[in-house]
Amino acid sequence: MSTDTKATGPFVEDPDVPEYTVYGSDWSEVAAEAARLGQQRIVMNMGPQHPSTHGVLRVMLELEGEIVTEARAGIGYLHTGIEKNMEFRTWTQGVTFCTRMDYVASMTQELAYCLGIEKLLGITDDIPERASVLRVLMAELTRIGSHLVAVGTGGNELGATTIMTTAFVAREETFRVIEAISGLRTNNAYVRPGGVAQGLPEGGVEMIRAMIPKVKEGLDELALLQMENPILKGRLKNVATMNLSACMALGITGPILRSTGLPYDLRKAEPYCGYETYDFQVPTSTDNDAWSRMVIRMEECYESLKIVAQCADRLEKMGDGPVMVEDKKIAWPAQLSIGGDGQGNSPKHIKHIMGESMEALIHHFKLVTEGFDVPAGQVYQAIEGPKGLLGVHLVSDGGTKPWRAHFRDPGFNNLQALSIMAQGGQMADVVVAIASIDMVLGGVDR
Amino acid sequence: MSDDKNLDAVTGPASPEGRAPLTLINVREGMFGAKGDTSGYDGLVQQVQMPGASERPYGEWFDGVVDVLSELLGDDADEAIEYVVVDRGELTLYIAREHLLAVAQHLRDDQDLRFEMCLGVSGVHYPADTGRELHAVYPMQSVTHNRRLRLEVAVPDGDSHIPSITSIYPMNNWHERETWDFFGIIFDGHPSLARIEMPDDWVGHPQRKDYPLGGIPVEYKGAEIPSPDERRQYR
Repeated sequence: MSTDTKATGPFVEDPDVPEYTVYGSDWSEVAAEAARLGQQRIVMNMGPQHPSTHGVLRVMLELEGEIVTEARAGIGYLHTGIEKNMEFRTWTQGVTFCTRMDYVASMTQELAYCLGIEKLLGITDDIPERASVLRVLMAELTRIGSHLVAVGTGGNELGATTIMTTAFVAREETFRVIEAISGLRTNNAYVRPGGVAQGLPEGGVEMIRAMIPKVKEGLDELALLQMENPILKGRLKNVATMNLSACMALGITGPILRSTGLPYDLRKAEPYCGYETYDFQVPTSTDNDAWSRMVIRMEECYESLKIVAQCADRLEKMGDGPVMVEDKKIAWPAQLSIGGDGQGNSPKHIKHIMGESMEALIHHFKLVTEGFDVPAGQVYQAIEGPKGLLGVHLVSDGGTKPWRAHFRDPGFNNLQALSIMAQGGQMADVVVAIASIDMVLGGVDR
Repeated sequence: MSDDKNLDAVTGPASPEGRAPLTLINVREGMFGAKGDTSGYDGLVQQVQMPGASERPYGEWFDGVVDVLSELLGDDADEAIEYVVVDRGELTLYIAREHLLAVAQHLRDDQDLRFEMCLGVSGVHYPADTGRELHAVYPMQSVTHNRRLRLEVAVPDGDSHIPSITSIYPMNNWHERETWDFFGIIFDGHPSLARIEMPDDWVGHPQRKDYPLGGIPVEYKGAEIPSPDERRQYR
């Protein structure tokens, strides 16, 4: 095997070229020496600790003056072995692992993973409609949150702190609803194989309805702040461009692909959870640049709010009902309700298993500790995450744990585009390119 | 999992010719995965297999795609497509590694196939599947026809070489690096097959089944709780 197995070999292959390693203080000395030698090439290491890298991303830049001639991304700093860990936990426990991948869009992974398990079990059609509506509701709230973080931190990285604070205030409103329904702000473990963890709390529909205008207000404010801002336009327009053929070659999906004019959205192309019955648009642009991606993310937030409103209507019309499959061999034994302290509990269920039925106690114990068997086979489930196509490959050996769970995080794939976006541009625009890719390193490294 | 010493006696002939075209996922012993339980099922041996080859008609658009691909491959078709599985509404083509590049080229370029995107490559390790221990699974996405199929290439552990498809699907660059990193599948012709998630000097390929999960025992109220992969558990 002659393949070079080092990702971070020396930039300068020619051994005769002098190489200086600089850590900060002696810049002027080295700069003077480099000027004397007539060497203009500078290799700079950006990260892994850098506020604008959405986690811990290392970017190796080769510079000529202010121009980036080569950009390479180095990842792996946030690898936590989630996929390996999932092979040692039950299918249900896996939800609490995959939710921690892309922690800005937690429930996206949960949804893809659970849809995959349900396909393996062959119970896709048995999921109660109420559970599907709640899944759509949570997926869209997650999408809004993720896009607001993308736009907000994108602004912050250019020095516009107000863009970030405005976006985060609006995101907080979505978190209030998510917390009231699932008990947690992020890493929710809300979507479970067979349904969702619990139904709407008391006054849930009113709470969702009250949230919508508040988020809209935040989005409007953000739009006013950004859309005519000459500095922001100067920084984002025609920067980090990538056209359709480049996107197809690199398998880019999500807002970056839609900024090249292709309205590819799995919610439309390959609907799941009943997305085909909701009324919403897929915003696109043909500008191919960082600006259009930001605008698309803003527009998608408005579209998601439309879906959220439709979810609230449906939930109100449906009233109370089950949010788990009926099959007692799969369904989690108790439906918890969130108390004032944010903890879930079910006094009725505890009374039943502790005081009334020995069989119910055994069943509870078996299902919770052992889990349920999933017939042997493999599936691939893809959904439209906020950042692009999120794919899950699941293999079952017929047991209570996944034989293999692999997540195709859109950020992992899309980050490959950083070189194309950054090379030939200014160094300051690398930050813009990273922000417009909008990956989260937790998802990239898993 | 890898300590099945008498596996051949249990699973019968392991030669590729003598066996049905199935993927042996696992051979389970005992009832609960742990040795020495008191259930009386300690000697139980179960083979777990992937769904087997499907017969025509495959249904949906599957027949058409397989037909077009076979026609484009010509005389190589029988050799290239080992077998076809339709399971849970998904089409899987098991491809011989020698023909992977040709298959990928046709899948991307032919107007009736047009799978523009490869959604990466996911490695899977089946230690019990003698001679085909390492599998590379390629989900292919057609945006034009809105279809998805799966290519699966199986290679033996001792000779884990698969041609890189980055020349046809550049987006697979990082995905192949990841699968090399985690499973040790060598993608020949990859421009720079370096580790991507683990450090450069890491030894071993962590997502193989014989690679331990790791972790340390934890003491809790006087009792010692073993690390997750050492715990007695249902399997």
